[in-house]
Amino acid sequence: MIWDIEHETMPRADLQRLQQQRLQAQVATVLEKVPFYRQAFQEKGLTPAAVHSLSDLAQLPFTTKEDIRDNYPLGLAAVPPRQTVRLHASSGTTGKAKVVPYTVGDIDLWSEVMARTLAATGVTEDDVVHNAYGYGLFTGGLGFHQGAERIGATVIPMSGGQTKRQIIFLQDLGSTVLCCTPSYALYLAEVAEEMGIDLRATQLKIGIFGAEPWSHRMREEIQSKIGLKAYDIYGLSEIIGPGVSVECEHQDGLHIFEDHFLPEVVEPETGESLPYGERGELVLTTLTKEAMPVIRYRTGDVTSLNPETCACGRTLVRMEKTSGRTDDMLIVRGINVFPSQIESVLLQVKGVEPHYQIVVDRQHTLDDLEVWIEVSEEIFTDEIGRLEALQQELRTELHNVLGISARVKLVEPRSIQRSEGKAKRVIDRREVYG
Amino acid sequence: MKETQISVFLENRPGRLLHLLEAFADGKVNLRALSVADTADFGIARVIVDDVEAAVQAIRQAGLTAATTEVLRAEIPNAPGGLAEAVIRPLARAGVNVEYTYAYNKGGSENAVAVLKVDDMEKAQQVLGEE
Repeated sequence: MIWDIEHETMPRADLQRLQQQRLQAQVATVLEKVPFYRQAFQEKGLTPAAVHSLSDLAQLPFTTKEDIRDNYPLGLAAVPPRQTVRLHASSGTTGKAKVVPYTVGDIDLWSEVMARTLAATGVTEDDVVHNAYGYGLFTGGLGFHQGAERIGATVIPMSGGQTKRQIIFLQDLGSTVLCCTPSYALYLAEVAEEMGIDLRATQLKIGIFGAEPWSHRMREEIQSKIGLKAYDIYGLSEIIGPGVSVECEHQDGLHIFEDHFLPEVVEPETGESLPYGERGELVLTTLTKEAMPVIRYRTGDVTSLNPETCACGRTLVRMEKTSGRTDDMLIVRGINVFPSQIESVLLQVKGVEPHYQIVVDRQHTLDDLEVWIEVSEEIFTDEIGRLEALQQELRTELHNVLGISARVKLVEPRSIQRSEGKAKRVIDRREVYG
Repeated sequence: MKETQISVFLENRPGRLLHLLEAFADGKVNLRALSVADTADFGIARVIVDDVEAAVQAIRQAGLTAATTEVLRAEIPNAPGGLAEAVIRPLARAGVNVEYTYAYNKGGSENAVAVLKVDDMEKAQQVLGEE
């Protein structure tokens, strides 16, 4: 179903006119309100008048995650705090989070694009939406919640955890829609099986999975184990949260809600714009955000764009399922993890760094994050209690910084793989793309 | 009397203890006593040897991590109640805590030897009449 026929099926020429008007207004806003952008435009010799048409976008400065970090916590905000009604946050590259403010208008926009998202997968007011995305600073929980309410569906705000209880609810409350990370969906299926419950026998028919990359094989596995149609969604808190793009029933790419989020694909090294169809880094510009508009945000996600009208009738450009990252960011259980965050924790303990390695694996269905530390003579002691205390201290601090638990494993010296003498910092054994 | 014990970090999986013992064999290091303590992830092998320096060398050459610790070495009668009466009871009375201990039998001798890691080395030695 198409939630907003006018905008989702608008002839592309009209859409581009709308995007251009909105881009001009958004640029004017950031130049007036955000010193960071004033300076970035000045450095390039650009004035507000520089944006005549959409093709001028390519000259505008990029915004990177480092820019967000450098302006921590709210230096990129375009409105005063009294107009801000909510803050969300996601992981930054170091210990500091990326904080994102929202106005009333932003929450309304977000509810609207999430209503479009849910509707695209077939959700209506008759549905019961089991929302197992985490509620809190993470945008997943509240984003889905608002969209489902806007549609008029019944929302069950489960959040994460308490897996057995989730399964009982899925069975007893007649949920028709499951929203969570794809790996948690598989975990639910596994636990249900242990409980002797067949999720295929429940009312579930639609699954909306995102917040982490997942392979086509995983999609098939989820569909066959739970008995629903699995849809991919894409979004990021820096832009809005979930609600940037979604698959329709034809599942031939994810429709980007381009009237609000203007996409480009660039060559990651040079930043040069790439034509439709070519694979590169996705760059997004918000067109209607109020509290924190961003110009040309480097998402780090690799994809390509297809502007052809879809069989569903939407004229919105489609992005292919993301096929990688341009940086070393890991997504573990839906949470962004930067190796530099882990390093910042290890640096606090003498003798731990540089002898460490990050290992991500998916032994069963959920991701395991392990930090291996080579036991050098500097940290080794005959006292087991002190070694265990070190493990515990690192585990606690990693949990504080990352927001997810990591196992700290002490290993013998030289057990960490090195290539050409250089320690390989991250080993990801999961097959999340493809 | 005081004795230097060598502790070695080992991962808790098959073959790691063998790796250590092979290193000792190659370095011609004779073990007088060996004890292995384990946790879920790792173990610590503790050894008493004749030549501490040679042993540490062999451990490092094998790519392993060693630490030396001062422990107490006490001769005990090789008879029922020997360890309790000669060593543990006096230490307990004096409030010295034993963190771990292991014992070995000297070949062809009437006495056995206990190795003890205590929280107060000086006091333990006084109690056992060694100082």
